[in-house]
Amino acid sequence: MSTNYEDRPRGGGGYDGDDDGDRRPMGGRGGGRRMHRRRVCRFCIDKVDLIDWKDVRLLQNYLPERGKILPRRISGNCATHQRMLAEAIKRARNIALLPYTTD
Amino acid sequence: MQTKRQYEVVFIVDPTADDEVAKLTEGFSQIVVDQGGVITKSETMGKRQLAYEIDHHKDGTFVLLEIEGSGREIAELERRMRVNDRILRYLTVRVDEDRRRAEKLKERRARKAAKRPSHGHGGLGPGRRAAGMEFAEASGE
Repeated sequence: MSTNYEDRPRGGGGYDGDDDGDRRPMGGRGGGRRMHRRRVCRFCIDKVDLIDWKDVRLLQNYLPERGKILPRRISGNCATHQRMLAEAIKRARNIALLPYTTD
Repeated sequence: MQTKRQYEVVFIVDPTADDEVAKLTEGFSQIVVDQGGVITKSETMGKRQLAYEIDHHKDGTFVLLEIEGSGREIAELERRMRVNDRILRYLTVRVDEDRRRAEKLKERRARKAAKRPSHGHGGLGPGRRAAGMEFAEASGE
């Protein structure tokens, strides 16, 4: 009996449909209102192989007012350089060259 | 064979003990040398504002040491810095691996750039096909 209900598309499918409905708008969110920023990795253009964590002036460009690391989708950095950058920023934070938060 | 490791050590000296900076740096360098390490660079980055307060200090003197060694001298150095009240904070980063990787990337890019002139091979494709078509046309006539 219970297996019969589970097999039925209505019982289980109804719930799944609701879940999907919740997820879909989330995934699609921002698709229309995405801002157009530069889509190129600055570090790739400059052919940077190593990001110095002591170079505060450079790192500061990737820390908006709040002090959070600028996400890749905004800066357009490639994955490799974003990783290097994040590492450098975290090191600089540790030694009080950069803030963890600002308010 | 094990190659020497390279480290960057930055420490922040209490700004009220500004006149001790040279002495402290000297002392730490001596510790490293005693443990068998080599100081490749010793640089005072100067007094600068801290991004956040550390022990109620708003600024401090930053000193950078570049050390080459086995890693044992780092352990000793860090222990000494930890117990020293004049040192607000320190950070050690091992840099040899990252530098070697950067070097490799640079090399690869140089090799790629050297290869690029032969990129013209791709242009032969359409040209050859055009020639073939011409030939076919000619045979049709």
